[in-house]
Amino acid sequence: MHDRTVAQLMAGLRDKSFSSAELTRCFLDRIGALDEQLNSFISVDEEAALAAATAADARLAASDAGALTGIPIAHKDIFCTDGMRTSCGSRMLDNFIPPYDATLIKRFNAEGAVTLGKTNMDEFAMGSSNESSYYGPVRNPWDTNLVPGGSSGGSAAAVAALLAPAATGTDTGGSIRQPAAFCGITGLKPTYGRVSRLGMVAFASSLDQAGPMAHSAQDCALLLNAMAGHDPLDSTSSPEPTEDYTAQLARQIDGLRIGLPKEYFGEGLDNATAGQIDAALKELEALGATLVEVSLPNSHLTIPTYYVIAPAEASTNLSRFDGVRYGHRCADPVDLHDLYTRTREEGFGDEVKRRILVGTYALSAGYYDAYYKKAQQVRRLIKQDFMHCFEQVDIIAGPTTPGPAFALGAKSDDPVSMYLEDVYTLAVNLAGLPGMSVPAGFVDDKPVGLQLIGRHFDESRLLNVAHQYQQATDWHLRRPASIAGGAA
Amino acid sequence: MQWETVIGLEVHLQLATQSKIFSGSPTTFGAQPNTQASAVDLAMPGMLPVLNEKAVRYAVLFGLGIGAEIGMRSVFDRKNYFYPDLPKGYQISQFQHPIVGRGEFEIQLEDGSTRNIGITRAHLEEDAGKSLHEDYHGQSGIDLNRAGTPLLEIVSEPDIRSAEEAVAYLKALHSLVTYLGISDGNMSEGSMRCDINISLRPMGADTLGTRAEIKNVNSFRFVEKAIHHEFERQADILEDGGTIVQETRLYDADKNETRSMRSKEVANDYRYFPEPDLLPIVIDDSYVEALRQQLPELPTQKRDRFVQQYGLGNYDANVLADSRELADYFEAVVAGCGDAKIAANWVQVELLGQLNRGELELASCPVSATNLAGLIARILDNSISGKIAKQVFEAMWQGEGSADAIIEARGLKQVSDSGELESMVDEVIANSAAQVEQYLAADEGKRKKLVGYFVGQVMKLSKGQANPQMVNQLLAKKLQ
Repeated sequence: MHDRTVAQLMAGLRDKSFSSAELTRCFLDRIGALDEQLNSFISVDEEAALAAATAADARLAASDAGALTGIPIAHKDIFCTDGMRTSCGSRMLDNFIPPYDATLIKRFNAEGAVTLGKTNMDEFAMGSSNESSYYGPVRNPWDTNLVPGGSSGGSAAAVAALLAPAATGTDTGGSIRQPAAFCGITGLKPTYGRVSRLGMVAFASSLDQAGPMAHSAQDCALLLNAMAGHDPLDSTSSPEPTEDYTAQLARQIDGLRIGLPKEYFGEGLDNATAGQIDAALKELEALGATLVEVSLPNSHLTIPTYYVIAPAEASTNLSRFDGVRYGHRCADPVDLHDLYTRTREEGFGDEVKRRILVGTYALSAGYYDAYYKKAQQVRRLIKQDFMHCFEQVDIIAGPTTPGPAFALGAKSDDPVSMYLEDVYTLAVNLAGLPGMSVPAGFVDDKPVGLQLIGRHFDESRLLNVAHQYQQATDWHLRRPASIAGGAA
Repeated sequence: MQWETVIGLEVHLQLATQSKIFSGSPTTFGAQPNTQASAVDLAMPGMLPVLNEKAVRYAVLFGLGIGAEIGMRSVFDRKNYFYPDLPKGYQISQFQHPIVGRGEFEIQLEDGSTRNIGITRAHLEEDAGKSLHEDYHGQSGIDLNRAGTPLLEIVSEPDIRSAEEAVAYLKALHSLVTYLGISDGNMSEGSMRCDINISLRPMGADTLGTRAEIKNVNSFRFVEKAIHHEFERQADILEDGGTIVQETRLYDADKNETRSMRSKEVANDYRYFPEPDLLPIVIDDSYVEALRQQLPELPTQKRDRFVQQYGLGNYDANVLADSRELADYFEAVVAGCGDAKIAANWVQVELLGQLNRGELELASCPVSATNLAGLIARILDNSISGKIAKQVFEAMWQGEGSADAIIEARGLKQVSDSGELESMVDEVIANSAAQVEQYLAADEGKRKKLVGYFVGQVMKLSKGQANPQMVNQLLAKKLQ
């Protein structure tokens, strides 16, 4: 039961091969048995999950079911869940129980999906290895000495280890795509504004976007159907109409023009990874696509631009964590200043503090023009680069990451080399485009991800290409040997 | 030395929307602490602002009301600082691209002269909550009911030269915004709060002196006192050869003094940057034009019309046009009685006098415009004298009904019957032999004064109801 796609589970629930309660029990047992070594969940509420499953079974029995009714899903612990702790991977929110659901959670609940639990993540989604979590690092199911990527590392690891059939993540600079690549699963970061940010703890407001993480492009499409749509309570959510994201999956891709940015295949890309990506591109070519070399000439400015804008926004988004109304508060503050400084000193980890400092500096009087304003100008150039490319091609493809998953601790003392992990993913967020990572082979038994980048609101096209690729390959069906056979 | 005071005012105007600027919470004043604070107002994690369109409309109406440039694309910014009653750790405000740009504003002084005061800009922002330091046993309480209340911050040019002008400016502003219906202008509830930027310079100098900013002055009277006090303070320093420190000061109404809050040198760096959770406000010409069509006749326009249409003096017209309700009341009285000058006089002297004495708003005035017009009509047709009319007005104020009913019930109708008056005049002359003698001996000039005695006696005899004009005529005839 646990090694099936969401699409297969939906069919199983409908033809009554099993109930949602049985299915949910199965995944809860797997979490209980296997997650100790992975640490992919921060919170699991078995009782609530089983109650939701029972309710879903009633809906299924009454033929009152939505597409995802009864499907267990793991949610990144960045989405506020009514009555269930939402920590965002931080000591600051270790005691925070929201009195409301994020719009995304509401939508899944309305569908009748079952929340299995809340997944581990880098603190406030700041990190590329899931080592900055207050709840400890997550381990990669393919090799527990490796990081799962981040910041949605818990979601990626949980899906890869078959502890959940699918999960939600968020992606501010690669936080869905990079862990999806490292864990050998499929992840989609939709167009900025496609999925509501309401109730999602903010990291960098102009970059944050929620998306699905699952075994296949088809599953991602099924989840996106539930997630996407305008939310009047999020002013940046798009009024652009949604569509059935599964509708185009079966379309042939012959004649598709795929752009390969030469900047994504040059220095810094690991050779073996490059080999896997080349093979994947040949596969797409074999399916009828045309490969076209394109250029994103401002790619070298992506990291500095991102690391001004994202920390600047984060530095003020995180100001609300002051110990006054909720969350961590230091013991016995002597005055207001003490309350602020000790609360934040204790509540935030090093990476979060680093970004608050960087961001505060970038916005300071006298530096604003040189940093924040300049970064916004470059951001426009980066977006223009993509727009030029999309005049020639339908999608852009390349590696998701410069190399496969690295060992725990390998980069945790070197922030810059950690930031370089996201060199191919950051620009997509800066430009607000949809991007995917699709399993595309292995290097030394470590998964490699192929990144696909589309035009604004062209998720259907990305999912279509990924699905066609997955029809022709079986990388997305590979399971980590160590845990695939676990409980149940 | 002769010093010139240079003043610029920043007014925080609370807009009269039902709900907050970025959340659906109500803005009603005086509710129990934190009962009008939603998850958005509390800055709970993941909460996002949604702009209240009515706040935009009100801001544009204000811009049109002062003939300002309207920001067709205005942008919200975050103003970052930590304070316990600022839940997000930043205030959403407008910095580089305000919704209202440069405009101008006419004020009128006591002597009837007018001056134009420049408006630099007006921008939308959210209010903070309140910190309560009493009743919490050495701790502070935070009330976030006010957090997120829409404000329009109206910044004037340093065009104001005296406390009198400052007050005139605020009164004119108050009048304008209540005309527009965009604010209740209630200063005691904090709907209009004022920061005063004030500096001194030698009379005739071109450059500005160093200014101090006096925060949160909440009544016209306090504005006047604070400016006077600050003038004295700065003049003393300058005359002793000292220099003014640029700083923020607080006006203490109890002690009538200003004192330093914080020096601008150590002031916060607010790290303004565009608010990424909100889109820029983009409006088009048709939006602005539709609002322009909705503009009511504004106070200055109404004043000018009163002068022209009713022949009123500038000052009177200004008083009557001060509020829309009063102006409407006045015009209803004019319509009912047909004499604008007497109507203006009654409204200003008797009506406003009674309202002020009773500390009443016009809305709760016991005398309707129709009844006041009815009273004036009786003066005009000589049914009663002006003096009796005041009695009748008093009775109307007590709720005794219309002027006619009161005149009838109390038998106050003026005596104009010549026979009746003649017998009264005769009686007075008969009983005033000494005065008659004195009168007849006097020259023309003195007689005019002396006749008053006889008039008074007749009025007394008639209990004030004799027609004074006819009495005068009769006396003139009889005392030959």
